[in-house]
Amino acid sequence: MSTVEERLLPSAEPVRLIDEHGAAHDHAQYQLPPAETLVDGYAQLVKGRRLNDQASALVRQGRLAVYPSSHGQEACQVAATMVLGDQDWLFPTYRDTVAIVSRGVDPIETLTLLRGDWHSGYDPYERKVAPQSTPLATQLLHAVGVAHAARLKGEDTVVMALVGDGGTSEGDFHEALNFAAVWHAPVVFFIQNNEYAISVPLAKQTAAPSLAHKGIGYGVPGERADGNDLAGLLAVLGAAVGRARAGEGPQLIEAHTYRVQAHTNADDASRYRDDAEVAPWLERDPIKRLDAYLTGAGLLDDDKRAAAASAADQTAEYLRVGLMEDVHPDPAELFQHLYSTPTPQLREQAAFLADELAREEA
Amino acid sequence: MTHVKLSMAQALNQALRDAMRADDTVLMFGEDVGALGGVFRVTDGLTAEFGEARCFDTPLAESGIVGTAIGMAMNGMRPVVEMQFDAFGYPAFEQVVSHVAKMRNRTRGRVSLPMVIRMPYAGGIGGVEHHCDSSESYYAHTPGLTVVAPATVADAYWLLRRAIEFPDPVVFMEPKKLYWAKDEIDLGVAEPGIGQAVVRREGADATLIAYGPTVPVALEAAEAAAAEGRQLQVVDLRSIVPFDDETVCAAVRRTGRAVVVAEASGFASVSSEIVARVTERCFHSLAAPIRRVTGFDIPYPPPHLERHQLPSVDRILDAVDDLQWEDS
Repeated sequence: MSTVEERLLPSAEPVRLIDEHGAAHDHAQYQLPPAETLVDGYAQLVKGRRLNDQASALVRQGRLAVYPSSHGQEACQVAATMVLGDQDWLFPTYRDTVAIVSRGVDPIETLTLLRGDWHSGYDPYERKVAPQSTPLATQLLHAVGVAHAARLKGEDTVVMALVGDGGTSEGDFHEALNFAAVWHAPVVFFIQNNEYAISVPLAKQTAAPSLAHKGIGYGVPGERADGNDLAGLLAVLGAAVGRARAGEGPQLIEAHTYRVQAHTNADDASRYRDDAEVAPWLERDPIKRLDAYLTGAGLLDDDKRAAAASAADQTAEYLRVGLMEDVHPDPAELFQHLYSTPTPQLREQAAFLADELAREEA
Repeated sequence: MTHVKLSMAQALNQALRDAMRADDTVLMFGEDVGALGGVFRVTDGLTAEFGEARCFDTPLAESGIVGTAIGMAMNGMRPVVEMQFDAFGYPAFEQVVSHVAKMRNRTRGRVSLPMVIRMPYAGGIGGVEHHCDSSESYYAHTPGLTVVAPATVADAYWLLRRAIEFPDPVVFMEPKKLYWAKDEIDLGVAEPGIGQAVVRREGADATLIAYGPTVPVALEAAEAAAAEGRQLQVVDLRSIVPFDDETVCAAVRRTGRAVVVAEASGFASVSSEIVARVTERCFHSLAAPIRRVTGFDIPYPPPHLERHQLPSVDRILDAVDDLQWEDS
């Protein structure tokens, strides 16, 4: 018999099934995912890393306006989507490009926002991926609304709602967990705690024992996992999705990871942290440890490693070619999407701009 | 027989009821809208008729109410939410401005949000602070929102029906001092749609432009002016966004003189926008600068002082007198 509080509290330590040296460990509650899942996950990690680094390079070449990289957090990105079914929804933030692409959205469409030709470039309904949210934690409430509507319609839908450690300080984080709990909505709130909100470290963000502990105040069970261990994340997130789908209401999962790079290319991390702090996290890299485990278990050899690298190269090539193309968004579109039927005032303004452009060309 | 005598609150209730009967995806939620029926009783009886799944109380958090309504609208519902009072809508401001207003645009038209934010607004009921704000300018200033304010019982019914059917989000401002105003209306005859202003009273000498709570005051002023031999035309905007330039400008061109009457503070407001628009379009038809009768640029006063803030018949008539009449 456990108390209500015990059922809501996260594990004493973040769940870790494969350690940073690639050694697997038994866990009382969670089991190592099947070998083929881990091999598939490995390929997705490699692809995600390549996407991150290629996108960062394209910023330096002036092909993207900005790129908030999830380099080092790819296990969180990949696990968040691997545990979802086609009928489920993903609500990503601006740092979750890899998760969106892992969900099957076209990478060029995904990077529309960061290239700067429109705000959101993909159809949210096609793969059930909401637009990337730059206002923090606001998307969590939308996620609760989608989940609640799905329940009203009797649909078997779970919503994966992503947020960062900084986002947990926002009021909407609180409101979303509270609404989801009261409504018993099938939402998995997944916090990627990468220790930094731009320059502000976690210690200045919260006094909670962990971010997963925050669930108890809402009656939402919390759990935490090593955010660089794909196996542990798949086990913990998979179980959370299963509970939400089974009608057990919202779940709160915290992944302990680290933002090894700056906030974006426009940020200078040397102003607020030492390289010495970063170094140990490079050793905890999610790809390195899964590679070591799979190699040791005889599940990954040079051929498979090369195949994963080659697939990742194809994604990078696709990005390079796609983003090298100059885009010329149509200025007329500025007025087209605000309302189903444009107001008379917007029609006037559209005509004004069209006339101005015609005179520029003449 | 579709003629009924209703208060504005009852007409809004009837509109919600009919919309929920017509469309299963219409949901009504907010604070105290369930068993209590709303603090102004606008949702009275809806939970009893449609059940807890269709009309329900939420946790007390306005950002949560609007934010979750966005998600529901994304997923096939037509949510109608109530902000209990104008000033209680401010916690939801980020959701309204950054998401409700922008979702369609940021997704290139792929995600529409058919949702209504109902908001009892403005003063004149002796309410204490934070219960009497005229907050329409914040919403009207935000591209992507549609903002309407009924001034008659018939419009309360029809504008709300239209707002719920509308494919895009509507901020529905309910003048709370008119909640108890009664009128006999014909539910079988539809009023004009969103985006259309109407002339409530004809008059050749000057035009009063009003919306929401100031329309009855403007009509009263026109009645008083008629007794003194001056014929005032009264235009009821009904829809702040989209703004009906055509009707408003045609009206002002007919009289050559205009006074805008609004309860909100005048600085950087809907009333200042109206003056600017009409002046830009009708300058050569104007015999005098357009005057405004608005609230002062002060926080809404305590009940014992509120009458000084509200546009009155006398202030309107004084403003009309100032319109450079040749015979005076």
